[in-house]
Amino acid sequence: MTASERQPEPPAEEEEWRVEYWRKNLRLMVVLLTIWFVVSFGFGILLVEQFNRIVILDFPLGFWFAQQGSIYVFVVLILVYAVRMDKLDDDYGVSERDEEGQRL
Amino acid sequence: MSPIALWTLIFIVLTFGLYIGIAWRSRVKETAGFYVAGQGIPTVANGAAVAADWMSAASFISMAGLIAFLGYDGAIYLMGWTGGYVLLALLLAPYLRKWGKFTVPEFVGDRYSELVRTIAAGAAIFVSFTYVVGQMRGGGIVFSRFLGLEVTGGVAVAAAIIFTYAVLGGMKGITWTQVAQYTVLIIAYLIPAFAISQTFTGFPIPQVTFGQVLQELNTLQAEFGFDQYIEPFTARPRLDVFLVTASLMVGTAGLPHVIIRFYTTKSVRGARYSAFWALFFIALLYTTAPAIGVFSKFNLLDQVSGTEYDELPEWFYNWEATGLLVWEDADGDGIVQFTGDDDNELTVDNDMMVLANPEIAGLPAPVVGLVAAGGMAAAMSTAAGLLLVISSSTAHDFYFRRIKKEAGERERLLVGRIAMAGAVVVAAFAGVNPPGFVAQIVAFAFGLAASSFFPVIVLGIFWRRCNAAGAAAGMLTGLTFTTAYMLATLYFDVPHVLGISPEGIGAIGAIVNFVVAISVSLMTPPPPAHLRQMIEDIRYPAKVRRAPTNPIRET
Repeated sequence: MTASERQPEPPAEEEEWRVEYWRKNLRLMVVLLTIWFVVSFGFGILLVEQFNRIVILDFPLGFWFAQQGSIYVFVVLILVYAVRMDKLDDDYGVSERDEEGQRL
Repeated sequence: MSPIALWTLIFIVLTFGLYIGIAWRSRVKETAGFYVAGQGIPTVANGAAVAADWMSAASFISMAGLIAFLGYDGAIYLMGWTGGYVLLALLLAPYLRKWGKFTVPEFVGDRYSELVRTIAAGAAIFVSFTYVVGQMRGGGIVFSRFLGLEVTGGVAVAAAIIFTYAVLGGMKGITWTQVAQYTVLIIAYLIPAFAISQTFTGFPIPQVTFGQVLQELNTLQAEFGFDQYIEPFTARPRLDVFLVTASLMVGTAGLPHVIIRFYTTKSVRGARYSAFWALFFIALLYTTAPAIGVFSKFNLLDQVSGTEYDELPEWFYNWEATGLLVWEDADGDGIVQFTGDDDNELTVDNDMMVLANPEIAGLPAPVVGLVAAGGMAAAMSTAAGLLLVISSSTAHDFYFRRIKKEAGERERLLVGRIAMAGAVVVAAFAGVNPPGFVAQIVAFAFGLAASSFFPVIVLGIFWRRCNAAGAAAGMLTGLTFTTAYMLATLYFDVPHVLGISPEGIGAIGAIVNFVVAISVSLMTPPPPAHLRQMIEDIRYPAKVRRAPTNPIRET
């Protein structure tokens, strides 16, 4: 952002949406990172023996999470983040769009 | 010329021609094009380019072999080298794209201070350089096995091709070439895997079927004195598996040649979706690798162990000739003993498994040639991305930021190209004469990236209060701590504390960096107002706010 676009001291009301947008962003982030941790470090490493007692399609589940499942979950987590952030950006009017309102 | 050499030559010439053609079409004339491709790369293409950039010769050639010998513990690479993208996508990529300049040292330099910029530029060059040497080496292996060239000649050919398209096209040329290279490498990786899965189980998707072989492999491994394949923590204790995985994840998110790719997208939104596509494309290979590991380990035990030397399949002698497969008849009975105990007579190099896999499975010569071209694509795409970071850090962060600030567009571009050319020559030389410590040095690259870049960038985005003194102190203590532990354990025979290996120390180094950066920041004055404004700006994607579709007063 250039200096001319910058508001020197935004009024309090202007500030309110910024705080709320950021808080929702952080909340989404924490939820997704918790899943990230539980699936990989939790199921795949810390609890691997317990999960290995369950066998699905010939795969012991702990081994499967460590070598397959966690990777699938990672892909889904990023997709969920990108889609949810599109909505959040629109909700607060900060999505990037050109003059015709098309997404950049 | 054998059919395999002929087909390899055909595929390598075809793909190299393709890369050069693409580079010629996308040659650039200005610095923004050279460093960040004019920020106009479509999202899916950028994702494929990131995937090719990220998946190195190590991922393509070595990883499945490593996993085959580590069993469960191979998960450190599978989770470690993919989980970092979640951190990248959620914590770094969108914000760095919003701020939007050329390099990682640029961000920390603007956010903190010139000192931090210099430390970061030095670390970026070191990390990228250690990495690029391995790529040149990987290219050399492909040439020497499949074309019978000397490694020197092979590396020289690979370097000349990279030189042409990287210097000509900069980031733009590199990105479009990497899209082509991703296509080549993923086809080359998946075709043999699908074929093998089909032969073994009658169903072509290896991700689904390799579980069926696990049980037989476990039995076979037990028979020959190996640990059970799925048994966790045979190679490393649990704490170390945890820390190595964490170090690789955090290191991935801190690697300059990965981060820089998110500057090339059209928008912040593009950076988020690029991260998704990148991991999607990476996952295609990473979920296949453990299946290849299982199938090839099974084949190796099944076909080789306990067989008389004269009756071995043809591929065995081919690979013996490369020195990647070594048999010493210790008991002189002429039978190959491949076991997990002291009777073992066979040494199998990890680098052999993927390249030899189609031959072991009896696939036709064109498939073998395609796999060779895929290995080359993986090595070259990563090398090109790394060379761009070395070039931009030298020319941009050192030369223009520290030496000559008023250089014009033409001069900036010229110096960028000269730095790139210099980097290619030095990397090729190091690829031919690798320093003895190359294997260990990759652990350094991740440990250093984890303990230096990641914490200060995350703090720079999420914590306004973090200041220059904190960042500099954090980076220096993180780096010193990590390097000291690595040197002590690798070279001075200091025992591993709590079983933590040098590969795993980066995660602790990152925590040290965080703690020091936060403490020092709190003890020193907060950053000036214009920096707090900069942080505020990067948190919101749009330059100008529009009417919200869901205004907060109505919620």
